[in-house]
Amino acid sequence: MATISRDDVQHVAHLARLHLTDDEVDRMQTQLSNILDAIETLRHLDTSHVGPTASVIQLENVMREDEVVSGLTRDAALANAPLRDDPFLRVPTVLQEGR
Amino acid sequence: MTLPIADRTITELGELLRTRELSSRELTDACLSRIDRDAGRLNSFLAIGAEAAQRAADDADMALARGGAEGRPLLGIPYALKDIFVTRALDDAGQDLPGGLPTTAGSRILEGYRSPYPSSAQERLDMAGAILLGKTNCDEFAMGSSNENSAYGPVRNPWDETTVPGGSSGGSSTAVAGGQAVFALGTDTGGSIRQPASLTGTVGLKPTYGRVSRWGMIAFASSLDQCGPFGRSVRDVALVLGALAGHDPRDSTCVNTPVSDYATALTGDVKGLRLGVPREYFVAGMQPGVETAVRAGIETLRGLGAEIVEVSLPSTDRGLATYYIIAPAEASANLARFDGVRYGRSAAAEALWENYTHTRGSGFGPEVKRRIMLGTYALSAGYYDAYYVKAQQVRTLIKDEFDAVLETVDAILAPTSPNVAFKIGAKVDDPLAMYLNDACTLPVNIAGLPGISVSCGLSGGLPVGLQVIGRAFDEATVLRVADAYERAAGFADLRPPTAHA
Repeated sequence: MATISRDDVQHVAHLARLHLTDDEVDRMQTQLSNILDAIETLRHLDTSHVGPTASVIQLENVMREDEVVSGLTRDAALANAPLRDDPFLRVPTVLQEGR
Repeated sequence: MTLPIADRTITELGELLRTRELSSRELTDACLSRIDRDAGRLNSFLAIGAEAAQRAADDADMALARGGAEGRPLLGIPYALKDIFVTRALDDAGQDLPGGLPTTAGSRILEGYRSPYPSSAQERLDMAGAILLGKTNCDEFAMGSSNENSAYGPVRNPWDETTVPGGSSGGSSTAVAGGQAVFALGTDTGGSIRQPASLTGTVGLKPTYGRVSRWGMIAFASSLDQCGPFGRSVRDVALVLGALAGHDPRDSTCVNTPVSDYATALTGDVKGLRLGVPREYFVAGMQPGVETAVRAGIETLRGLGAEIVEVSLPSTDRGLATYYIIAPAEASANLARFDGVRYGRSAAAEALWENYTHTRGSGFGPEVKRRIMLGTYALSAGYYDAYYVKAQQVRTLIKDEFDAVLETVDAILAPTSPNVAFKIGAKVDDPLAMYLNDACTLPVNIAGLPGISVSCGLSGGLPVGLQVIGRAFDEATVLRVADAYERAAGFADLRPPTAHA
């Protein structure tokens, strides 16, 4: 039985940059524990001689000519930004006192 | 009985368009009036571009009048795109393009997003002369098996409006089943094309991983995602695949291998083909009516001269656990881009950290949060080897078993979904019960193989799907088997009650 504590949930939420309400933390604790229990079945499988598969296709580096091609314009790239200060994206305060 | 225009196949409609007995404008208007009548109630569309579609149809009619249909089977055919494909809605100056459609991925976090570039899928279908009608509803970021995880509400199945149309491409399956689009595109990460096709009596194809470009398809799990068509016949999806398939330098995983002429593979003949039936796919929990219909489908193929052999894929029951590590892990990385800075919703908090966490906390729905949490956990220090590496090792086992079986048979036959469409709300509180819907489809994504769902009749008045799985890049055989079955079985003209209303 996988045991996930409230602290575990909050730690993972912190890593994922996800704000969860207290109710969500409670629900997540139960649901993640149940899902992890179902996933635990893999643990008992001997895979010591099996290599991992990250992708089913064999990828090779592909080189192209170093030519200038047109891409997204700055105006188009900025058009969806919630906050902008042309020609820049604007972000909230990054560093705060005491943090 | 002659079906209404809006409910016919590309093959039939293409012939009427070429002979000018029907115009693309009339066909487009027939789909739009079905959308007008039913799409609000069924909640199948998130954006509709009626005027742009009518203009494109008029252009297609001019091309058709000049004999431009030669080698362009999709010219003048109206279709819908799952709202996970970006559609260009901004010009180079960042201004709204007239008729441009927004893209939401079924999420609040992208509400109002207007893409400055088109997806490869949209570009290729534009080139093929197909008419874009609109964007279909889907589970948020394609995470779900019932379309109940859309931030914009559930989609209803036209066969029984109290049931789900499957997911995550539920708007696309409903649009095609309900005569709102002649074909539609979906995406399939663990069954999101095949399972909704099964639940709506349509044909749904997931091509081989790497067959179709994923450029402009909002990423869920990058090693599993693939784009593919819904249609009303196997021939229809073969024609759409022909327009979509092929190398795209903008997607590094889109393989540069030759594209077959899929329609010519549809010989109707399966004599001498060896088709494997994996015993692990007929499991406890499968509805008896589904098993009966699928077994009858297998007998139909035997009757056509295919050799049916029992095969074994022993790691099948590990598929679900493997998938629910790999897919959430990749999703947690892909969804990190939604930060409230460059596009999409922003919580407008005073400090950057809170802006991240509150934007994401309020912008993502419950299932997306669950999967981000699960994936982040599986990738976190101390758990990476036990979960993520382990799942990748089991992925090797699952793939190797498929490869070994497919050396002895030409294709594999299985159920698509263990059940028919279920009631809206029946599984929303039990994520694990919901995940089981994809037990028969997600191993195919894990192995990267092509798979199709074709209707094999009704159980209790609701459609059942037969799944055909093939070797990597051998869509031709998958389509050939499904087409031969479809012709012999006679279920291709089954339509939901809405088609005859």
